[in-house]
Amino acid sequence: MAKKNFILVCGGTGCESTRADEIYRTLIKEAELQGVKDDVQVVKTGCFGFCEKGPIVKVLPQESFYVEVKPQDSAEIISEQVIKGREVVRLLYRKDEKAASNIKLEDIQFYQKQFRIVLRNCGIINPENIEEYIAREGYTGLEKALFKMKPDDVIEELKKSGLRGRGGAGFPTWMKWDLTRKQPDPVKYVVCNADEGDPGAYMNRSTIEGDPHSVIEAMAICGKIIDARQGYVYIRAEYPLAIDRLKIAIDQARDMGLLGKDILGSGYDFDIEIRLGAGAFVCGEETALLQSLEGKRGMPVPKPPFPAIQGLWKKPTVINNVETFANVSAIMAKGAEWFAKVGTEKSKGTKTFALTGKINNSGLVEVPMGTTLREIIFDIGGGIKNGKKFKGVQTGGPSGGIITERSLDEPITYESLAALGSMMGSGGMIVMDEDDCVVDIAKFYMAFCVDESCGKCAPCRIGTKQMYDILNKISKGTALEEDLDKLEKIGKAMTKASLCLLGGSAANPTLSTLKHFREEYLEHIRDHKCKSGKCKELVVYEIEPAKCIGCGLCARRCPVPCIVGEKKQPHVIDKAKCIKCGECFKVCKFGAVIKR
Amino acid sequence: MARMTLDELRALRESKRQDLARRDVEGKNIQIIVGMGTCGIAAGAKQTFDAIAESLQKHGLEDKVVIRQTGCMGLCYVEPTVEVVAPDMPTVIYGKMTHDMAESLVVKHLVEHSLLDNHILDRPAADIVKK
Ligand SMILES: Cc1cc2nc3c(=O)[nH]c(=O)nc-3n(C[C@H](O)[C@H](O)[C@H](O)COP(=O)(O)O)c2cc1C
Ligand code: SF4
Ligand code: SF4
Ligand code: SF4
Repeated sequence: MAKKNFILVCGGTGCESTRADEIYRTLIKEAELQGVKDDVQVVKTGCFGFCEKGPIVKVLPQESFYVEVKPQDSAEIISEQVIKGREVVRLLYRKDEKAASNIKLEDIQFYQKQFRIVLRNCGIINPENIEEYIAREGYTGLEKALFKMKPDDVIEELKKSGLRGRGGAGFPTWMKWDLTRKQPDPVKYVVCNADEGDPGAYMNRSTIEGDPHSVIEAMAICGKIIDARQGYVYIRAEYPLAIDRLKIAIDQARDMGLLGKDILGSGYDFDIEIRLGAGAFVCGEETALLQSLEGKRGMPVPKPPFPAIQGLWKKPTVINNVETFANVSAIMAKGAEWFAKVGTEKSKGTKTFALTGKINNSGLVEVPMGTTLREIIFDIGGGIKNGKKFKGVQTGGPSGGIITERSLDEPITYESLAALGSMMGSGGMIVMDEDDCVVDIAKFYMAFCVDESCGKCAPCRIGTKQMYDILNKISKGTALEEDLDKLEKIGKAMTKASLCLLGGSAANPTLSTLKHFREEYLEHIRDHKCKSGKCKELVVYEIEPAKCIGCGLCARRCPVPCIVGEKKQPHVIDKAKCIKCGECFKVCKFGAVIKR
Repeated sequence: MARMTLDELRALRESKRQDLARRDVEGKNIQIIVGMGTCGIAAGAKQTFDAIAESLQKHGLEDKVVIRQTGCMGLCYVEPTVEVVAPDMPTVIYGKMTHDMAESLVVKHLVEHSLLDNHILDRPAADIVKK
């Protein structure tokens, strides 16, 4: 027997779960009281990601979306909606007209903060079946580029769309294509940058895994416009599933005449090959990537000449990020005007982010440009894990900076993130809470840059190591206050003098944490103290004699062992031998072990 | 499939579009769609896929249901995710569908026509593609 209605009650950790529980119970009770318990099922659900307006109740199949519901609303939901089939209008969500990121596209009216252009097919189609992509407006853009629009029109369309590169720097895509197109050389190339080396980022991987044709189609369009015959996807070997799906997709496209010779009978030839990268961060930098593609060691070379003039094998080359390409196929299918309605004046469209760290709903999100960090972290991400306090969010990975509470309401655009001392980067977004230590974070990213620096130029090769050594000293409590000035000095020099942006932005995490959390740095230096306990060398474990009952558990667990004491007598830690593993702190049931 | 001309591509798009809209594939009108990106697979989506197939067989439903795979929906904190499309039932996405949930999924949703508690999630964004 099919039910008439399903009432979904949000039971996410973000909502006040107790109230949601009560609503759940009163709804069931009311359904019984009003004699319709067989017509309706009340269900508890996961988080709807709209916690600020919670608790949320959704009624299916009407998709009625009720916000800030109270237990006493239950009777009305049952009597109106289930019995009379009418929505309870006063509880329906109404769009907040003030919110900057509201999308005013006629056919979409919704409460969701996410808007999926790049990920439009991810989670919907079978990525290993080209027909499903074709069925959803797939390859209509290529059709237009081959048969309907002149190259000038396509460039004009991209210009109108306002699309800027999603690989980090935000360079207007149309300009890149136009410049390459105008080079007289008869041989040109299209390259897709799928290196994605930013630790914590996986948007490009997911896009290729979920919708490989969105990238393939756009590369073919690009080829047609700039008059190239060959494309390459440079993808890291650590992405085996993405590589498999890409291979399948390229083969299917070739079999059906969407790649290869005489595409769709148009006379135009274009093919794509996959090239695997070994996973060096610097190989994501475009000039290093092209070197690597040529079979050389992946090291950046000075620009100019830009790849558009002299790229792969010295031929004019368009190199774009995976997400940039996935946007192009959507723009070509749906039109520039449609696309330009989403986002802000200078940053059009959406951006995908990989939301990780101390966040409840970690995952892949795509939001219109201009959405605030608060909306991403607290509405979509469901807030900080275990109710802890938000400390900051790192965007742009090792090239970006920390953004604090103060700037949470800043709309996200290329410009605003740069002004905050961070950058859009590829889209990793790591959320930190009060238990994270900024020195530890800065040290982590600097260690990454020391490892990944290609060593070609001195400012980066030497500067990253020097900065790392100072950060390491700070974390051990052996640094001096003037070391902070040194950090800033080296950081600024490195930013100015490095050949590529690996070194050019390696100081960002350090400089931005130093700017926002100087006090915390000083605590490490002056007081030899790390509040969060992340800098192990500064932590001291002790047993408080008054609380210790002498159960001996800690002594048995200590790996050294360095805890002694008589049975039922207070135990003592030999601090000289302690390796600060924290095991005693974890196991003591009496709170007798303290961390200082 | 042979190489296509423009007209053939258009014809194929139209017929596949209608298939998707009709929501029946190979004469089966129930679809179970398992998210199989790296994150889903890491969380055990392949085992879930197999367990669902087994459970369908056990309840004699294999002729009515297709199980399909798709990419990542982005809900990494509740992988594996499974979407169920069935007539007379609202289309829903379930999270945390580890293989041991397969049997209750099939029994509750397809046999008893009711929804599973504590696993339903919202699709993260509206679909921008015209059907
Ligand atoms: C150290 C470093 C790493 C980079 N890594 C990537 C990357 O993984 N993927 C990417 O698309 N761009 C990366 N870039 C940016 C590229 O150099 C280039 O700007 C981008 O591929 C251009 O594509 P777009 O115009 O579509 O953004 C990196 C840059 C630097 C300096
Ligand atoms: S800045 Fe660093 S990574 Fe870039 S070229 Fe110089 S040494 Fe190599
Ligand atoms: S576990 Fe706690 S109570 Fe037991 S001996 Fe160690 S410090 Fe004392
Ligand atoms: S922190 Fe580890 S090594 Fe030190 S006393 Fe406790 S258990 Fe022993």
